[in-house]
Amino acid sequence: MDEEIIKLVNIRKIYFLGKVSIEVLKGIDLTVKKGEFVAIMGPSGSGKSTLLNIIGCLDRPTEGRYILEGVEVTERDDRELAEIRNRKIGFVFQSFNLLPRMPAWKNVELPLIYTGVNARERKDLAMKMLEKVGLLERAEHRPSELSGGEQQRVAIARALINTPSVILADEPTGNLDSRSGHEVMEIFKSLNKEGATIILVTHERDVAKYAERVVTIKDGICQDGCF
Amino acid sequence: MDVFETILISFDALKTNKMRSALTMLGIIIGVSAVILLVSIGEGARQYIKREFGSLGTNILIVVPGKTAKEGGMHMGTSAVRKLVYDDALLIKRRSAHIKYAVPVIVGTSWVKYRGQSRDTYIVGVTEEYFPARNLRVELGRSLNTDDVQMRRRVCILGRTVKRDLFGDRNPLGAFIKIGDGRYRVIGIMKKKGVTLGYDLDDVVFIPTTAASELFDTDALFNITVKARSAEVVEEAKRDIKNILRKRHAGREDFTVLSQDEMLDVMGKVLSIMTAVLAGIAAISLVVGGIGIMNIMLVSVRERTKEIGIRKAVGAKNRDILFQFLTESTILSLTGGGIGVTAGVTIAMLIPRFISFLPVEVAWWSVIVAFVFSGMVGIFFGVYPARKAALYDPIVALRYE
Repeated sequence: MDEEIIKLVNIRKIYFLGKVSIEVLKGIDLTVKKGEFVAIMGPSGSGKSTLLNIIGCLDRPTEGRYILEGVEVTERDDRELAEIRNRKIGFVFQSFNLLPRMPAWKNVELPLIYTGVNARERKDLAMKMLEKVGLLERAEHRPSELSGGEQQRVAIARALINTPSVILADEPTGNLDSRSGHEVMEIFKSLNKEGATIILVTHERDVAKYAERVVTIKDGICQDGCF
Repeated sequence: MDVFETILISFDALKTNKMRSALTMLGIIIGVSAVILLVSIGEGARQYIKREFGSLGTNILIVVPGKTAKEGGMHMGTSAVRKLVYDDALLIKRRSAHIKYAVPVIVGTSWVKYRGQSRDTYIVGVTEEYFPARNLRVELGRSLNTDDVQMRRRVCILGRTVKRDLFGDRNPLGAFIKIGDGRYRVIGIMKKKGVTLGYDLDDVVFIPTTAASELFDTDALFNITVKARSAEVVEEAKRDIKNILRKRHAGREDFTVLSQDEMLDVMGKVLSIMTAVLAGIAAISLVVGGIGIMNIMLVSVRERTKEIGIRKAVGAKNRDILFQFLTESTILSLTGGGIGVTAGVTIAMLIPRFISFLPVEVAWWSVIVAFVFSGMVGIFFGVYPARKAALYDPIVALRYE
């Protein structure tokens, strides 16, 4: 259980806006071990979402090294990053980010389309994942026919389908009432118990409580919990 | 990525905006059907001319006075060149084994009168051989014979239009009509021939060449109409004519022998150019349709920015996104192309039912070319929007509302 899945070394992110440059991350060091449940906390604008995007290979650091499962990610091209996102990362967003025209199971199977899995296997797997989040009977419903909590559970099923190395959740309860928020968090908790590595960004203490380790970031600098 | 899945996604996206997709396709539909329609009309005209020429007899060679370039047409008058005369025609026939008929033709216009009625019409002086050579038939009465020609008899055969104008429903056979100052006996009525290549072949009066020579006071022939014995010997016949006439004309080739193929070639060339120009204009509308596709694809990419972000976040490569949008624009244009082909061919086939004088022949190569071209238009004008979509930054795209 000591295996390091994520290792960030002196990660800096600077945005250049014309003549002004804004340093959002000012040297973050963070290591996440397999099976850990980490919450990243901090006020808005602290850079926590940027950090999560970098971990999720959606963004690149301006400086620093990022090693994912022993592989240096920093120098990879767009194509390789897409592949990493596809196979090693499961993303859950605050606004669910489901495709509105597709039924739930189609949304869940989406990553597998880009992995190259055939249609039958995709559907089988998608149904299994929906069962896991307790939405099997909603498989044919479109996102607009689902409640917020249900939509987020579909999104979690989508994040799980490729058995990723790490699940990244950016304010997953931000758009939910507290009851469905807790439901969603319970799912994360049980996934973690099954061995999933989870990194969660939030600014709610209640939510962060579910994690076993809390990292606090302020003004692009790690205040607490970084090691 | 799964090709089938890509196509499915594209169809789904197009179905979501049915009206928009339909209007975008309309540009391509109009372009493709216009190309097919115009080419079919051009092709129809070509076939029509070929057929009409065929109906005027096959293996025909026309000898006209004067040296003309191959591409030139026949010319009416003669100037400094030596004219062709009646004996030239006789000699050609006598000296060449490849020639079936050689008819000295004199053409002029004159007033034709019968009682109160009169008409200005073409008077064509020919021999009895002209009718079989040109596939012309006398319907009533008799044709010319050797005696008529040799004895300069003042007899005539009337075209349908002339007969109707002068005689109405009455029987003209045996009647005397006035052509110029002479009185001519009507011995026959031509079978209806109709309008060919812009000429009313029924608005004509045939008389013996010898009589025409007297009437117009000239021995210069309009042409010598020659019919070769068969298609295989047309070239030999042509060579014979040249040799015979050159000898008679002191070694100078101051005449021109045109074969039907050459005349057809000239017309065919003109029509091909015309068809190409028309098809080109129609192709421009295809390109405009392509710009319509590009426009709508740009809108679609903008609208689906978020979708692009989501797909990228779960692992879609730039190439996957590129292909998805390219597939969409290609489906748009190919569907439009398919409908356009159907519409174009259907209209082309219906035209003869409603507009009888417009010859239409569906050119299948144009169908294929138009369809392939429409597909290429879709790809070409789809590349820019698709590339734009593919190169979106996933984070920016995800944030887009």
